[in-house]
Amino acid sequence: MQQGESGLAVVDGRVEMDAPLRLDSGAQLERYTVAYQTYGRLNAARSNVVLVCHALTGDQYVATPHPITGKPGWWHEMIGPGLTIDTDRYHVICANVLGGCMGTTGPKEINPRSGRPYGLAFPVITIGDMVRAQAALLDHLGINNVFCVIGGSMGAMQVLQWAAAYPKRVFSAVFIAGAARHSAQNIAFHEVGRQAIMADPNWRHGNYLDHDTRPVAGLAVARMAAHITYLSETALHRKFGRNLQDRTNVTFGFDADFQVESYLRHQGSTFVDRFDANSYLYITRAMDYFDLAAEHGGQLANAFRGTTTRFCVVSFTSDWLFPTRENREVVRALNGVAADVSFVEIESDKGHDAFLLDEPEFDRTLRGFFKGAAALRGLP
Amino acid sequence: MSETALRGDLRLIADMIASGSRVLDVGIGDGALLKHLVRAKGVDGRGIELSPSGVAAGVAQGLSVIQGDADTDLEAYPDLAFDYVVLSQTLPAVRRPREVLLELLRIGRRAIVSIPNFGHWRVRLALLFGGRMPMTPIFDRPWHETPIIHPCTIADFLGLCDDLSIRVERGVAMRQSGAADAFLAHDPWVNLFSEQAVFLLARN
Repeated sequence: MQQGESGLAVVDGRVEMDAPLRLDSGAQLERYTVAYQTYGRLNAARSNVVLVCHALTGDQYVATPHPITGKPGWWHEMIGPGLTIDTDRYHVICANVLGGCMGTTGPKEINPRSGRPYGLAFPVITIGDMVRAQAALLDHLGINNVFCVIGGSMGAMQVLQWAAAYPKRVFSAVFIAGAARHSAQNIAFHEVGRQAIMADPNWRHGNYLDHDTRPVAGLAVARMAAHITYLSETALHRKFGRNLQDRTNVTFGFDADFQVESYLRHQGSTFVDRFDANSYLYITRAMDYFDLAAEHGGQLANAFRGTTTRFCVVSFTSDWLFPTRENREVVRALNGVAADVSFVEIESDKGHDAFLLDEPEFDRTLRGFFKGAAALRGLP
Repeated sequence: MSETALRGDLRLIADMIASGSRVLDVGIGDGALLKHLVRAKGVDGRGIELSPSGVAAGVAQGLSVIQGDADTDLEAYPDLAFDYVVLSQTLPAVRRPREVLLELLRIGRRAIVSIPNFGHWRVRLALLFGGRMPMTPIFDRPWHETPIIHPCTIADFLGLCDDLSIRVERGVAMRQSGAADAFLAHDPWVNLFSEQAVFLLARN
């Protein structure tokens, strides 16, 4: 354990699982590793665990600087001493998802059968598989129940899967800007990203690591396209408008004349430093396959029958990737079984990424929800 | 919220609710009633509220509240999911009061409905002699700003219950002075002198 600059107790953990992991595809991972971070101390009753599920391109570095980019953790404004998810009170755990590229087993790790990186030999995984791996991690850590499982976007999908698959282990669940199934439009955007990666000659049918190369151009384009979906037209317009980048006139060429182009190129080029292209393929696929209702006879409510979990669902007005409508479907399903659920649509023009940004009303809602749930759970 | 701080009509509603029951409050407003029921009566309480800021405020007080409205969001609940469903001062503001009333008694064993009484003598006099839509302490917003689109009198409400085979188990009317009168059937006196009324309803 190390002490962060603000006295935050941080553990950088890594567990080699020796029991095999059965996957939804029917395949099996004989051995796998789960890399994770924890913040704050576990109480004696082991009842103060907050499990954070990260989004598509997130990772376990939630509240401490990223080891590659050096940037602050992706939710550092949410998690820390005295913050909304208060590490003085809660033991926060975040694991890199299965298929990821920050230490948990994924396509860039070594396939024990071949001794070479998995590449496309890695089995296709699902949100259910990711959650199963996290449950195995908690088993390994001796944690039976979590006080709260929380996540946005793909993290919200995992939250829902957790609540459906392990209802007894989840006291409360916070589902932010997500959906119970991936929409056709979102699958379409993911397909654009995957095709961009696969069209890059350096992708080499997924075996780029064997050739000591990487499809950075394709991955950057995938990131650029996806990044647009995380914002809103209003936010883009406010930030960039039609402003030109370091020039007074257009150049009648294909340089990044506009600031918005320059911004997107920057987003693409910095992303490739920290993310693996094959991981991007596998994780986007897992999201595409997610359809919780289909697993429960076509009725989403069936996934939550008899649940005692306290739910909080949050959406944002300008989010067009996971619009309020889709979040509300989760609320309706929970109401359908008279589950304990709160739901707020937060007014924001920042698009899907609003959940990562400072939104006072969002913060106020979460603080209230945590306070109410903690009181019921008997936590200080 | 202390016992004494609960508004008069909300206190009447709270008194009709058994401790430890399951309650859905439709239109929680500032959350005072729901908070009282949860804290003081150990109720398993849920709320629905139209305004996003009201929802956020409710959740921030630790209450379980969803953003929604009576016209569209009751249908998601299963039959008899609650012991009581409360609709306080909201019925005249919904688009389809009849259907909402039936929904309340589908998802709840009992419904508690409070209404402002358009039959109060002040309202009658204001319209009769003023010739304009009444402005009274209860109907306190001008016609173009009020959310009330289906104003009714106590007699009207009892008539609708009759039409829908809804049984009035308790009726309490409140005068301007705050005095409360119990009644069960139509009473012209009550209809004239009460500003508002609270009903405990069940299906026949």
